Amino acid sequence: MYQSKWRIFTNHTILVLGSLFMILPVWIAFASSTHTREYIFQNGLQFLPGGEFFTNYGAILFDAEATKGRVTALEMLFNSMVLGLGFAIGKVIISMMAAYAIVYFRFKLAVPLFWIIFSTLLLPLEVRIVPSYEVVANLGLLNTYTGLILPLIASATGTFFFRQFYRSVPDELLEAARLDGAGPIRFFIDILVPLSVTMIAAIFIIMFVVGWNQYLWPLLMTTDDQLYTIVIGIKQVYNSLYEGGQIPQFPKAFALTIMASVPPVLVVVIFQRMFVKGLVETEK
Amino acid sequence: MKRVQFEHSAVPYLFIAPQILIISIFFLWPAVQALYQSFLLEDAFGMSSQFVWFRNFEDVLTSSSWTRSAIFTVVFSVLVSVLSIAISLFLAVRADEVIRGAKSYKTLLMWGYAIAPPVAGLLGIMMFNPLMGDLYKAFNSFGFEFNHIENANDAAFIVILIAVWKQVSVNFIFFLSGLQGIPKSVQEAATLDCKSPERRFWTITFPLLAPTTFFLLVINLTYAFFETFGIIDVSTKGAPGGSTATLVYKVYVDGFLGADMGGSAAQSVLLMIMVSVLTVFQFRFIERKVHY
Repeated sequence: MYQSKWRIFTNHTILVLGSLFMILPVWIAFASSTHTREYIFQNGLQFLPGGEFFTNYGAILFDAEATKGRVTALEMLFNSMVLGLGFAIGKVIISMMAAYAIVYFRFKLAVPLFWIIFSTLLLPLEVRIVPSYEVVANLGLLNTYTGLILPLIASATGTFFFRQFYRSVPDELLEAARLDGAGPIRFFIDILVPLSVTMIAAIFIIMFVVGWNQYLWPLLMTTDDQLYTIVIGIKQVYNSLYEGGQIPQFPKAFALTIMASVPPVLVVVIFQRMFVKGLVETEK
Repeated sequence: MKRVQFEHSAVPYLFIAPQILIISIFFLWPAVQALYQSFLLEDAFGMSSQFVWFRNFEDVLTSSSWTRSAIFTVVFSVLVSVLSIAISLFLAVRADEVIRGAKSYKTLLMWGYAIAPPVAGLLGIMMFNPLMGDLYKAFNSFGFEFNHIENANDAAFIVILIAVWKQVSVNFIFFLSGLQGIPKSVQEAATLDCKSPERRFWTITFPLLAPTTFFLLVINLTYAFFETFGIIDVSTKGAPGGSTATLVYKVYVDGFLGADMGGSAAQSVLLMIMVSVLTVFQFRFIERKVHY
């Protein structure tokens, strides 16, 4: 296709500026996280990394004192991992099964049940936080992984993804399987699940990132430090920045921010193709 | 619906049971409770409550703080959606044209999806930290007298900037894949007929992207409504004086920090109605899009 030299030049200029717009805040946070707090306090944010990388990150990872609580960043990372994986696994399994029932079966309650599932889309967790909190408290699930993960799974997004996908699976497969004498459970495990592997992977990646980045629900649920995820830890560290009349611990707050971002960003970048495919094809 | 289906049996109930169970406990129950609570007025100590019909709703709708928050939410959502869509469309069109480094640009512009909203909020507010923030210093050295701690507009500017920054990558991904879905033959024919890339964009590309843009508008509005909670809670906390608190943030502040259960529940119900309208809108649109 014809492109003028000027157009090619502006294309690259604009894209470089756009990339800088995205990357600079994170880069500045990283560079600033590798200096001493006195240095940052005197000289402001830094564009170039300093020599305190191992000191600052080591302290955050292994010393609970540095994160202003009773848990280290390492434990927070573990909690985030549990939340991300638990959320993704739970969501994929539950929504695959529900979508299978909706698409492949004719049963009496199909329509009302479908509408119940659909109605969850109308009401994100954010608008029903207070009653949700009370329900979880009544069930005695506060400060447990179950109470953290299960209410987040109660939404239909995954079910709709799989419903869409199953509908695109050729009907002939089911006919053939039935001729060969496969029952519904057999068909699901031996044919449908293997067929959905790419889809499962794509949704798993998206859900892992979504789960890892959860904020409001863990904030309400986890009054016990032991269950803090790293995203919640950021708020805690940030809130105590100005406590005690000391020089604010900006570098360590930045270090925690970087550590909270590295795992989900890596997942998205490494599995980029799958992730983009999943995002674009399922949200249509 | 499938042409071929399994016959009626217990199996579908078994498969759908886990989801229905979780939804009943963690969704239906709280939703009904929110509805119920919105009609109750609790006394100051939370010991007793009485049924007051729509008084909570009246109180909410007539309170100046709710109205102000509603206005801010609408302005904020529209600005965030329009700005982030415009920026990412602009970037996506350029990224679709380049040949060298196309893959690198794509990666560099899309990873932001993985950043958690509170992380974005923290990064943003640090840039504007009066003690050391580069942007704060830069703005003031140009003589703007920028002060987000006291000036409501400046605070709103920061929240909008962070929310846009966080959302550009998602829109970019959708626009780029939309652009790559336009057949090469159409693009080449357009190039032969029209030399100016700007005109080509407005007459050919943009109309073809209209469905994507409309879809993204709904997605972005929903994002600005709900997912910006983390950004606000870490950056401005609604300050100064509740001027940057969206409706969702206000539900949290009133219900959890202020312990006004009835009022918070009534706000939740009002929000539910708004989201329902948005969702129905979205689904009608999607159904239409399938027929294209």
